[in-house]
Amino acid sequence: MFDWFAQIGKSAIDFWARLGGEVLLFLQTVMAFSKIIFRPGLIIQQLFSIGVRSMLIIIVSGFFVGMVLGLQGYNTLIDFGAEESLGVMVALSLVRELGPVVTALLFAGRAGSALTAEIGLMKATEQLSGLEMMAVNPVERILAPRLFAGIISMPLLAAMFSAVGVFGGYLVGVDLLGVDTGAYWSQMQARVDFDQDIVQGVIKSVVFGVVTTWIAVYEGYTCLPTSEGVSRSTTRTVVYSALAVLGLDFLLTALML
Amino acid sequence: MSNSRILEVSVGIFVALGIAALLVLAVNVSNVSSFSAGEHYSITANFDNVSGLKERSAVSIAGVTVGRVTSIVVDPDSYEAVVKMTIDARFSDVPVDSSVGIYTAGLLGEKYIGIEPGGAPDVLEEGSVIRLTQSSIVLEKLISQFLFSQSDKKDE
Amino acid sequence: MQATDKTLVRIRDLHFSRGHSKIFNGIDIDIPKGKITAIMGPSGTGKTTLLKLIGGQLKPQQGTIYFHGENIPTMKTKKLYEVRKKMGMLFQSGALLTDMSVFDNIAFPLREHTELPEVMIRDLVLMKLQAVGLRGARHLNPSQLSGGMARRVAFARAIALDPEMVMFDEPFTGQDPISMGVLVQLIRSMNEALELTSVIVSHDIEETMAIADKVYVISQGKIVGHGSPEEMSQSNSPWISQFVHGEADGPVPFHYQASSFKDDIFSGEYVD
Repeated sequence: MFDWFAQIGKSAIDFWARLGGEVLLFLQTVMAFSKIIFRPGLIIQQLFSIGVRSMLIIIVSGFFVGMVLGLQGYNTLIDFGAEESLGVMVALSLVRELGPVVTALLFAGRAGSALTAEIGLMKATEQLSGLEMMAVNPVERILAPRLFAGIISMPLLAAMFSAVGVFGGYLVGVDLLGVDTGAYWSQMQARVDFDQDIVQGVIKSVVFGVVTTWIAVYEGYTCLPTSEGVSRSTTRTVVYSALAVLGLDFLLTALML
Repeated sequence: MSNSRILEVSVGIFVALGIAALLVLAVNVSNVSSFSAGEHYSITANFDNVSGLKERSAVSIAGVTVGRVTSIVVDPDSYEAVVKMTIDARFSDVPVDSSVGIYTAGLLGEKYIGIEPGGAPDVLEEGSVIRLTQSSIVLEKLISQFLFSQSDKKDE
Repeated sequence: MQATDKTLVRIRDLHFSRGHSKIFNGIDIDIPKGKITAIMGPSGTGKTTLLKLIGGQLKPQQGTIYFHGENIPTMKTKKLYEVRKKMGMLFQSGALLTDMSVFDNIAFPLREHTELPEVMIRDLVLMKLQAVGLRGARHLNPSQLSGGMARRVAFARAIALDPEMVMFDEPFTGQDPISMGVLVQLIRSMNEALELTSVIVSHDIEETMAIADKVYVISQGKIVGHGSPEEMSQSNSPWISQFVHGEADGPVPFHYQASSFKDDIFSGEYVD
């Protein structure tokens, strides 16, 4: 009986200790931003492996998602004779929801898993320990630049996704299905609001950038230093990021609407 | 050295593309380009009903957008809607006796304010109030009026 | 305090446990300056843990570790990082950074901790590489190196900042005889040339005994013996003699703890 309570108590304590550790590590990483901004080389390196390498998949996916939206939207809107609003529909779906969310999901799969595996392998091969013994703090040298680059990359990638998607919707809607060019753009411009829609989308993608990159970096940094541990952490990164992105998307949408 | 050069260039392209995409979203997709900057003046007009009109709705003359609605409040005394709008300073010679109305772009489209220019020599300026207004057409009212008039006819 | 002049690291009453298993149960170690000290013991006795404790990567539950008269476990992080610049550590796997070349790996601590111009860094790196005989391998990536070469590169990196002390974690494990010979000779010659204090953690008796000035033998969380290599090999302690001569059975039994074989085999218990 007491064992049972002890078990609950122990898991509660463990949970808080773990949470405290996570928060502390996050704060340390963010504090280290002040040091790494004087070392643009480190950030450029990470922008390359996080941002540039995710760019192609984001652009291609954005294009296809835009085309699908054009096709589906047209078929639905034509029933109401409102196919002129296709541009609005495509743009709003992309800018407010699909851009930030799909980008974050793809980012978690592409860059996040790679980050976890990279840092996890550094841990398994004692490179992180080695850094510490060389008096180089791995939180500053490894975690901080990656988190920083992730936070910068995400809104840029999401913007690319949405912009390409709007263009994809245009190709399908206007060139293929014959919606009027002027209507596509002017309705879009009339109904898409900068403060309401674009800025909200950017805020979302910044938040997703922090969350997905942090999950990836944290999972790598705390993984078991074995090949099995690394592969498990990599899987966890993708699963946790996806759940966090979708859950947060609902929260943020509810807060900002 | 050339390796890090490739790195820098590609990161540069990445950031430039990202910012370009943001600019496209801001300028081409949304309406930030119009009237966010530049000279403008604001006028007000009172309406009995503005249903469907929103802040940032368009204000147009002859179908050309010349301004935006900036605020809609209710006058506590008259219970009229007081609509404040900014007009681009390029359209500074609108006669004071112009009338404004709330129209709908298409059957299901956005509400917007249309200005019908009058003939007076004086022009609207900062703080002017337009007297002649035509309220928003509320579809339900229109339909019910139509239905009642039909039933009235039947009764006769 | 005559001892402090000669002793670089002084460990007193060190207790460390991980979870429920006690790894160190009150050990005392003195590491003399400018000498090669070997810490030996069977696998799983926490030799690597000891190095991590000295490096401040782990904190003991009890006890003191004085480095230059300053206690490492109670140090603030910033101070600890300062102290670590005076230590080099050679990990078993080499722990080279895999995303940069051999040259950049050795230049790494210099670039991180000094403001030296790139020309000077180049000269320093080439000097260190020359010392370990791998100047020609400077453009290779760590993945292209053999295990022995990786350790030599790691050695060059460990001495890049001219530390006072270098710790070697199992430097001879899994090496072919030639690279083992190279490493033995390197550690010896570097120790003399740079007046390094070296700490070697190892269970390769022959090689370690050949170069060590002082040997500590650890077993089950305790120091079971220490002295010069000669003293150790002539020791009449059964434990030390088993370890030093590599006998299969002795105080460390061949069999893992179990009930008697006869009882076990007739118990009829199934293994699932």
